[in-house]
Amino acid sequence: MNAHREERSDDGLERKIASGLAFLRRRIAGEYEVDEFGFDPEFNGTVLLPVARALYEHWFRTEVFGLEHVPEKGGALIVANHSGTVPLDGIMLSVAVHDGADRRLRLLGADLVYQMPLLGHLSRKAGHTLAGPADAARLLGKGELVGVFPEGFKGVGKPFADRYKLQRFGRGGIAQTALRAGVPIIPAAIVGAEEIYPKIADFRPLARLLGLPYFPITPTFPLLGVAGLLPLPSKWMIQFGEPMSLAEYDADAADDPMTVFNITDHVRENVQQMLYDTLLRRGPAFL
Amino acid sequence: MPAAAARVVLVTGVSRFLGARVANTLQADPGIERVIGVDTVPPSMSLGRTEFVRVDIRTPGIAKVISSAEVDTVVHLNLVSSPSVPRAKVKEFNVIGTMQLLAACQRSPDMRKLVVRSSAAVYGSSPMDPAVFTERDEPVEAPTSGYAKDAVEVEGYVRGLCRRRSDLTVSVLRFANFLGPGVDSPLTRYLTMPVVPTVLGFDPRLQFVHEDDGVEVLRRMTVEDHPGWFNVAGDGVLLLSQALRRAGRPYLPVPAPSLSAIGDMGRRFAGLSGFSPELLRWLTYGRVIDTGALIDELAWRPKYESAAAFADFVSARELGRGGPLHLFDRLSGLIGRG
Repeated sequence: MNAHREERSDDGLERKIASGLAFLRRRIAGEYEVDEFGFDPEFNGTVLLPVARALYEHWFRTEVFGLEHVPEKGGALIVANHSGTVPLDGIMLSVAVHDGADRRLRLLGADLVYQMPLLGHLSRKAGHTLAGPADAARLLGKGELVGVFPEGFKGVGKPFADRYKLQRFGRGGIAQTALRAGVPIIPAAIVGAEEIYPKIADFRPLARLLGLPYFPITPTFPLLGVAGLLPLPSKWMIQFGEPMSLAEYDADAADDPMTVFNITDHVRENVQQMLYDTLLRRGPAFL
Repeated sequence: MPAAAARVVLVTGVSRFLGARVANTLQADPGIERVIGVDTVPPSMSLGRTEFVRVDIRTPGIAKVISSAEVDTVVHLNLVSSPSVPRAKVKEFNVIGTMQLLAACQRSPDMRKLVVRSSAAVYGSSPMDPAVFTERDEPVEAPTSGYAKDAVEVEGYVRGLCRRRSDLTVSVLRFANFLGPGVDSPLTRYLTMPVVPTVLGFDPRLQFVHEDDGVEVLRRMTVEDHPGWFNVAGDGVLLLSQALRRAGRPYLPVPAPSLSAIGDMGRRFAGLSGFSPELLRWLTYGRVIDTGALIDELAWRPKYESAAAFADFVSARELGRGGPLHLFDRLSGLIGRG
């Protein structure tokens, strides 16, 4: 019995090595496909996602609610709050959507990401692209699930004292994009990211020197050096809200600023409300 | 007003590879009475029934050729990207040559159609680019130098001609980088370097168009009427790293400044072409163009995908497999045995 089990685990190990070697060989031979955005599903699924998933499951112990609101197929725009000094929330949101709803999330990222070496192309390989009406429309037109953080740097870089307070939602681009593409908006609230790098101060001269939007001072960084780069193990919860259908508006609505502002405000209120509810549900930040 | 089919076709840049191939394809069309090829140097390959006229398109001599032969269709392929010619001369050829040619076209009462080879380089390359450029998109950062800027200026002059001669059918083709067995370009020279330097931390998305597809698009634009501006590229996208792996080329990521230093050294000491700023930007940020408009207009799709065009180039140059993959197979073979 024992010997039998040993043999089987041996067999499993061998198969793992063989499939690992086959993967490596495909990578070295360049035998994989990327789409026009540079998305490399094989690399994402085999390398990037597992790393993110380890953080997601074991470090942040993420719980997800409202997955039934993520459509099984077809385009939709997921609009979430942005926080955490370092935008890990985007990566965690894509793990939640991938593992929970079996869909890939195509995020729209800041232009800074695409100017940075390594980060830019890793982001493209993970399926994300530059935030802009053209790319968003193109992805939604292909029936992809698109994720966006309309607060941008104002959200991700806000001081710890302002945690869970939504910032301005851009200039209404999300409403225009959803109206033009004829897709619903799915509000999402991410709780937990605010505590990973509590930004208690901003060292502006250095930020300007490095061309960054801010240079964060957290309780551990730069005090503890490299160790300070480790995110604090906060408890995460992600809540997806009911899809907000925009079907009642006609195609011209995207060119009517008043309609666009109203929709944007409505989405923002929804996300803020969900944020408060989920925050209550979570309770203490690190337990 | 349906324009009658092309009768007398003038092809510029006929002594170079693309021009010669297009001329050869057009002369096989029985509907075309005469194919006249012009260039400053005699053609290196046989042009068949194409009549070669040695004339510099930068001079008014070109106007005489157009009026005396009653040319009704001009296929302008004389856009030089060659790094072996000094930059000032290239600009002269590309921009002044085009101005003279277009001036002659505007004058000629027989003119009905103009087909211009442009380049997708007009969109530039920057980290702020949309993922995919359509013909309606403006460049985020317009090219400021070199071949790409020439192409922008050439398109500007073509637009001017369109305004002044609205009776002309004008097709402008923005080609992705040509690849194939016969292509010799800064890109092919780059890809065949013994060790290919790439930009550290960047992996651009690239598209290629096979020479056969390029010739076919130019043929259709010449014998059929498809006015407008069109992107031309093979379907699909390759990353630079992926392409180099498929070709079995060893590559070395180096920081961008050292890459241009390597290019300079190569130009100075080894007679190589160096890297122009627009090639460097393309190798850093890449560029993808949308070819939907072309496919709809022609009801035809390029035969070679970007990957297939690249593969054809690789097999023609016998770059093939070897290098890292070969090493890997031997190593994994050893493990398998052990």
